[in-house]
Amino acid sequence: MAKITMREAISQALMEEMDRDPKVFIMGEEVGVWGGTYAVTKGFYDKYGAARVKDTPIAENAIIGGAIGAAMVGQRPIAELMTINFGFSAMDYIVNQASKLHYMFGGQFTLPMVIRAVGGGGRQLGATHSQTPDAIFAHFPGLKVVSPGTPEDAKGLLKSAIRSNDPILFIEHATMYQVRGEVPEGEYTIPIGKSKIQRAGKDVTIVTYCKGLELSMKAADELSKQGIEVEVVDLRTLRPLDMEPVIESFKKTNRAVVVEEGWKSYGVGSEIVSRIYEEAFDYVDAPIIRVAQKEVPLPYNRTLEQAALPQVADITAAVKEVLK
Amino acid sequence: MKKEQQLDLYYQMVLIRRLEERGAELYQAGKIGGFMHLYIGQEAVSTGLIAAREERDRVITAYRDHGVAVNCGISANEVMAELLGKATGMSKGKGGSMHMADVSKNMWGGHAIVGGHLPIASGFAIGDQYAGNDNITICMFGDGATNIGYFHEALNISKIWNLRVLWVCENNQYGMGTAVDRASAVTEIRQKAEGYGMKNGQVDGMDVTKVYEAAAEAMKYVRESSQPYLLEIDTYRFRGHSMGDPERYRKQEEVKKWQENDPIGIFNKQLLDKKVATKKVLDEIEARVEEEVAKAVEFAEASPEPAMEELFTDIYAD
Repeated sequence: MAKITMREAISQALMEEMDRDPKVFIMGEEVGVWGGTYAVTKGFYDKYGAARVKDTPIAENAIIGGAIGAAMVGQRPIAELMTINFGFSAMDYIVNQASKLHYMFGGQFTLPMVIRAVGGGGRQLGATHSQTPDAIFAHFPGLKVVSPGTPEDAKGLLKSAIRSNDPILFIEHATMYQVRGEVPEGEYTIPIGKSKIQRAGKDVTIVTYCKGLELSMKAADELSKQGIEVEVVDLRTLRPLDMEPVIESFKKTNRAVVVEEGWKSYGVGSEIVSRIYEEAFDYVDAPIIRVAQKEVPLPYNRTLEQAALPQVADITAAVKEVLK
Repeated sequence: MKKEQQLDLYYQMVLIRRLEERGAELYQAGKIGGFMHLYIGQEAVSTGLIAAREERDRVITAYRDHGVAVNCGISANEVMAELLGKATGMSKGKGGSMHMADVSKNMWGGHAIVGGHLPIASGFAIGDQYAGNDNITICMFGDGATNIGYFHEALNISKIWNLRVLWVCENNQYGMGTAVDRASAVTEIRQKAEGYGMKNGQVDGMDVTKVYEAAAEAMKYVRESSQPYLLEIDTYRFRGHSMGDPERYRKQEEVKKWQENDPIGIFNKQLLDKKVATKKVLDEIEARVEEEVAKAVEFAEASPEPAMEELFTDIYAD
């Protein structure tokens, strides 16, 4: 096992798949000459050239619409949204086109494409550049939404996404590129649509993903020192959602906290809590608590921004609350 | 054009007209649901245009797509079956009037979001360029689509990336009920290509021969120069925007004036005047079409509804 950063993991996945399959190419804003806004594709332009690492105009409809068209005619484009917030400009392509075309035309063509998008707050980028709108995208059948929380998962899931024949939104977190983690040596993939127990425990189940995983693992360490053993279930894929490990864990602990970075209302947590109540109501020993972002547009000021984002302390407090 | 081809184009135009007339009746009878946009009056546009393409060239269009489907070689049976939402339609009854496609005929739909398919057309050309294919993409859209951002993003990227796309604006004078001069800064749509340094042209869309010639020339340019081209084709829809259009936005005299330029009537006269065909030959074509349409309705009505399992198929490919 090698210890690498999230950035290196994603970069390796892209490179390995581009080496493996000539149909794979990248297109997006500043992915080429610049090397990627978050330096994920640094060196790609020199290695693969302009035809495979396409610098686009700032035109999200042309980027995502272009990727859809190229995928329909048999290529495997990876379109990059500099931030997921710009995905709103291309919402028609993600929602009305990518998610629908395969079904609407009776399966006549497939859309083997990945949209890589950087989301999340915590970098003082202000309200329009800091959102975590994952739940919105996970609402639509026809799209798959993946959002990893470790370098190992990021690499394995991205490789699977590139090989998949479906349109996949792959959401990375802007503050996690330096997160380090063990990654298996050599070739591996991780299946899309499988949740994973990232830490075993018996007292409370924490259900989370992406940035929430990083926070939850820290909370779990602190709680462990206080004699509370939490089990952390990482969703990894928001659609299709794999509830099996969540329900299994909940049946054991009977108590849960759901952690996400997005807003609480109509969020991922709302979905998870509903599903637990629907599928395991008889096992509920305490009301399930959602830890999420405060219901405000994220402010620029660092103190205010951090006050709006979920913190480790919010998670430990929630765990103690469900144990009361 | 050779005689056989001219007669074939005449046949296609009459087939589109009669198929849609029957479609309108079935719609009124409640057998076709949703939105249905008729092509009646515009038949010469796609007929002349598609006649000039090579089979390897991709075609993509907006929601007024029944005519394009027929021109691309999709059978009247399948078009009617898709209109009726039957399992035997090209999209198994899941697409309906606005989503006619048959990839085996290089007809890529039928797209219902105004202007939404233009960046996808660029994407086809990006894919073909990447793969080193030498075909072109023909993308049709209405005048209304040229006022939305998608149009501009798509034209821009097609120019900077040297994409082989023939952009075809069917200017039928109205975007739904709003006249071109009320919606577009320039009424001559082709001028918009100038802003992108893109070669462009304009042709009378009521004359199928002129459309064919202009299209052939434009396609040759796209193919040989690996550059996009915008062709504006002026036309008029004789029916409402969709079924159930009260048509408060235009006067009956205006419609009548255009109807005097019926593309089928014009072509009929041309064929007789140039002695390409006798009245008997053209009447025979009409009779053949009547029979084909009647059979298509029979086929569609007798076809099964999609199986209930179809509800959950083709959501994902994997």
